[in-house]
Amino acid sequence: MPDRIRLQVARYRPEQESEATFDEYEVPCPKEWVVLDGLNHVKDQLDGTLSFRWSCRMGICGSCGMTVNGEPKLTCATFLSEYAPGPVRVEPLRNFPVIRDLIVDIGDFMRKLVRVQPWIVRQTERSPTQDAYRQTPDEMDEYKQFSMCINCMLCYAACPIYALDPKFIGPAAIALAQRYNLDSRDQGAPARLKVLSEHAGIWGCTFVGECTKVCPKHVDPAGAIQRYKLTAAVESIKSFVLPRGAS
Amino acid sequence: MKAHSEYHQRWLRRPVSTYWWLEKPAYFAFILRESSCMFVGWFVIYLLLLVRAVLDGEVSYRQYLEWSATPGILFLNIVTLAFVLYHAVTFFQAAPQALVVRAGRKRVPPRLVLAGHYVAWIVASGLIGWVLLAGRA
Amino acid sequence: MIKRHPEPLLWMLFSAGGVLSGALMPMLVLLLGVAIPLGWVAPPSRDELLRVLGNPLTRLAFVALCVLSLFHWAHRFRHTLYDGLQIKHLNEAIAIGSYGVALIGCAFTVYLVWQVP
Repeated sequence: MPDRIRLQVARYRPEQESEATFDEYEVPCPKEWVVLDGLNHVKDQLDGTLSFRWSCRMGICGSCGMTVNGEPKLTCATFLSEYAPGPVRVEPLRNFPVIRDLIVDIGDFMRKLVRVQPWIVRQTERSPTQDAYRQTPDEMDEYKQFSMCINCMLCYAACPIYALDPKFIGPAAIALAQRYNLDSRDQGAPARLKVLSEHAGIWGCTFVGECTKVCPKHVDPAGAIQRYKLTAAVESIKSFVLPRGAS
Repeated sequence: MKAHSEYHQRWLRRPVSTYWWLEKPAYFAFILRESSCMFVGWFVIYLLLLVRAVLDGEVSYRQYLEWSATPGILFLNIVTLAFVLYHAVTFFQAAPQALVVRAGRKRVPPRLVLAGHYVAWIVASGLIGWVLLAGRA
Repeated sequence: MIKRHPEPLLWMLFSAGGVLSGALMPMLVLLLGVAIPLGWVAPPSRDELLRVLGNPLTRLAFVALCVLSLFHWAHRFRHTLYDGLQIKHLNEAIAIGSYGVALIGCAFTVYLVWQVP
């Protein structure tokens, strides 16, 4: 086991250049270090100009997503020793515009997320002094898996449909819509259906399945999308067969 | 997007190559799976040609059988067999993720949904074999 | 109300076609495309085939298989051209072309099966 490893890190300095370049750094490689530790070592000891996002360093904040040796990964959850003897290629997350070095802009996702209304939508509200919205453990299990999403965007980086058509609403947005659609306390499914059944909604997905493969929290967005296709298809039959206005 | 200025630098947008599907084995497998539809389409044509030959008479049917044994068509159908099998396996593999079946309150385990597809496949294949081959003198 | 577009219907046809072609085609290709031409099994006689095709259940199954498989092909073909080859500007034309060809195939299938005595 070598005690040092080479990192090939993508750099993009918009004030100086119009293309990305690569800088190489040699960092220590203790067995408990993750790629993020290597990057922090670079920034602390070798090159303070390297820019990247990170926060919790324990796989829950979703900030540190990057492309490591071609695969989208959380750099706080990817051990350097896995890639020994190296080199390890670290690039920004795919399919998003790069602001600087390893930092991408995820504004597109943030706008799409708001559109699916990822919160409990009620037609009839209850006042807090009345009964609370009760839910059995079985009812929670219905949507629990989809609630695990940490918005890390690895799924968008892996999805070839999103790469080819940036209008595609994307795996995480649909999985989060499903998290609320399947929540027994929610009454917002019709409103979300309008957004999701557009051309660039769920129907853009061709079930490549890469999103589910790269998801660090096992959300299975591909499954959420296919299940929702069935729901939306049944809804469209119902709206065709039943008289308009009857819902 | 705002035009770049000294306060909003130019973002780097990386184009997607036309050969994106060669970059990862998983992407290649996906395109292969999608290409299987061409062979599904071809076999429909093959079946329709068979029915037309049968309707046209004994001579047409003989000619069809001869044509189906020519090396080109035979090779095409062998490749078709491979792709149709790949299609069946990948389609059935995807079914449990899409189909959440409930028996009462419990959710049917994905393995059973998959097994159900394979059982139906075996039964259907057996039926086809019996219809086409049984009853021979 | 939701803007009406045919995607849900097309997807359902694609899915049904996928299941039918996956379940029925392997055996059919094996027998009709490989085993019989190679002489591993004797081909059915014309009379036998006419009898099989004349059965109302087989007629239904055959039409269902062909029609749904054609739509399965059309849907996947159109999406693969769009994604795989990125021919976005021809999107409408490709969609109409693919489903159009499928519809013609369906008409031909029904026409043939209708003629079986």
